[in-house]
Amino acid sequence: MAQIFAYIVHKNGVADDTALELLTAAKKIDPAASVTAIVTGEGSALDAVAGQVAKAYNEVWKFSAPVFAYPNAEAVRPLLVKVLPAGAILLVAHDTFGMDLAPGLSIKLNAALVTDVVGIEGLDGSTLKLVRQEFGGQVSTHVAADVSTGAVLTPRAGSFTAAEAAASGPVVDKSAEAGDLVVKRRFIEVVAAEVGDVDITKEDVLVSIGRGIEEQDNIEIAQDLAKAMGAVVSCSRPIVDAKWLEKSRQVGTSGQTVKPKVYLACGISGSFQHLGGLKGNPFIVAINKNAKAPIFQVADVGIVANILEFMPALTEAIEEGK
Amino acid sequence: MEILVCIKRVPDTSENEIALNSAGNDIERDDLVYSVNEWDNYAVEEAIQIVDRVGGSVTVVTVGDDESEEVLRREMAMGANKGLLLADDAFAETDGRGIATILKAAVAKGTYDLILTGALADDGAGQVGGMLAAMLDYPFASVVNKIETVNDKTLKIGREIEGGNQEISEISLPCVLSIQTGINEPRYVGIRGIRKVASVEIPTLAAGDLGLDAAALAPKVKRLDYFVPALGKGAEMLEGSTEEIIAKLLEMLKAKGGLK
Repeated sequence: MAQIFAYIVHKNGVADDTALELLTAAKKIDPAASVTAIVTGEGSALDAVAGQVAKAYNEVWKFSAPVFAYPNAEAVRPLLVKVLPAGAILLVAHDTFGMDLAPGLSIKLNAALVTDVVGIEGLDGSTLKLVRQEFGGQVSTHVAADVSTGAVLTPRAGSFTAAEAAASGPVVDKSAEAGDLVVKRRFIEVVAAEVGDVDITKEDVLVSIGRGIEEQDNIEIAQDLAKAMGAVVSCSRPIVDAKWLEKSRQVGTSGQTVKPKVYLACGISGSFQHLGGLKGNPFIVAINKNAKAPIFQVADVGIVANILEFMPALTEAIEEGK
Repeated sequence: MEILVCIKRVPDTSENEIALNSAGNDIERDDLVYSVNEWDNYAVEEAIQIVDRVGGSVTVVTVGDDESEEVLRREMAMGANKGLLLADDAFAETDGRGIATILKAAVAKGTYDLILTGALADDGAGQVGGMLAAMLDYPFASVVNKIETVNDKTLKIGREIEGGNQEISEISLPCVLSIQTGINEPRYVGIRGIRKVASVEIPTLAAGDLGLDAAALAPKVKRLDYFVPALGKGAEMLEGSTEEIIAKLLEMLKAKGGLK
């Protein structure tokens, strides 16, 4: 049986929420697995994370070095190639670090790669059956990975429940094994997101628009509705890519995390990146002309309609009722 | 700077509803509108802008079939200088690793300082760029949303990380970057632009030309089926006339504090 490892991302001395989700994913591959967590970083922040992770994992491998002070996949990849045993299965969360690390790692380890994993059905011999999504979540697919030479898997955040922190494994300082690493990408700084004229993270009611708005001129329709409702306009990624609204109004993992009471998703298909920015269990109303849009799976109330016709009608009804 | 941009012809999800076929083993592909993968289009625009600033040329390459030529021509109409089609029946059943293997063989036939891919395509895997970089032993960066040329050996790049923040790094050339949407504003391609490049010859390379055999392309990962998962609770769908729907919706919004 292959050894299973989980690479844990962390920030400010705290392990990411995915740390315990990866443990659940590992147990779906092999319920009896002894799972080793790997943490890289520097100083007291790394020690804090290692201690925290050891409460759940059977063992923690800690690698401390200045080159790991910022999580640079170009430094972590050669490290993992050096220290992972042949045939290992490595799990890393499907975030912007995992997307950076995993594909190249699978090549260097000659291992199978399955990214953005939303389900694990189990191992049969050396074939691991997993679930992914395609076409922005409109369809799902079962995939079979030949893990006889190992695997690199990136589970999607939130797709696996967090495991109970029920172990008490040792933290093993393996820093000496890192040796010299050739790193051809040098981290300089993180530039914080721009602050916009409104703070959508503090709003109770959001009228959020996506691709279905079709044209820049139509944004006024959403603004009119938001005004009538006493709400603020937010949006999904394509609207910011098109430069129709500022980045500070984007809801999603690459934008803002919002916690409204009511979320009106207008012409938004509902990709997991978008939904990843929606917290606090809001009442979600989805309006979309595509009855198969994934947003209807998570919304409380759904309406199949063209938003360019529905939103003005809703605005008018609210105005009349005032 | 010699730039290679790897592109893919995909069903245009903004134009199509994706549904399963009757056998459940594929999506319904009849009547689908195809176009160039959106992320790749940003990558081509970025390559053209870099070449406009520092000189060089842009080559667009795709692994596909005869129909894939249309996306190569579209990107050439945008301003890419050359197209290259990698087509062979042996390429049809491979996985992401196989696609990266094919591209690596094509890279070896040219001299490129910079290789760009889209961050994602229709399958959402986001894997080919990073795999190709590892095969070439080049440095890699994913979800890139800014590129500045520092000198002929170094780029200063931004990656879009969580929370809308941007991670700035320096990366050595040659390198592979996967491009995030929003990095630029891709130029419009009109029918006249496409006509202009309609007769430009696009070389095609098959497995044999690239020195590849079936063993090199054997997949480690296979898609078994497509399915639509049973919905959880799913949304309560409001039906009826627009007036009826709005009346019901207003009641709900009032109850939930959605109207002030």
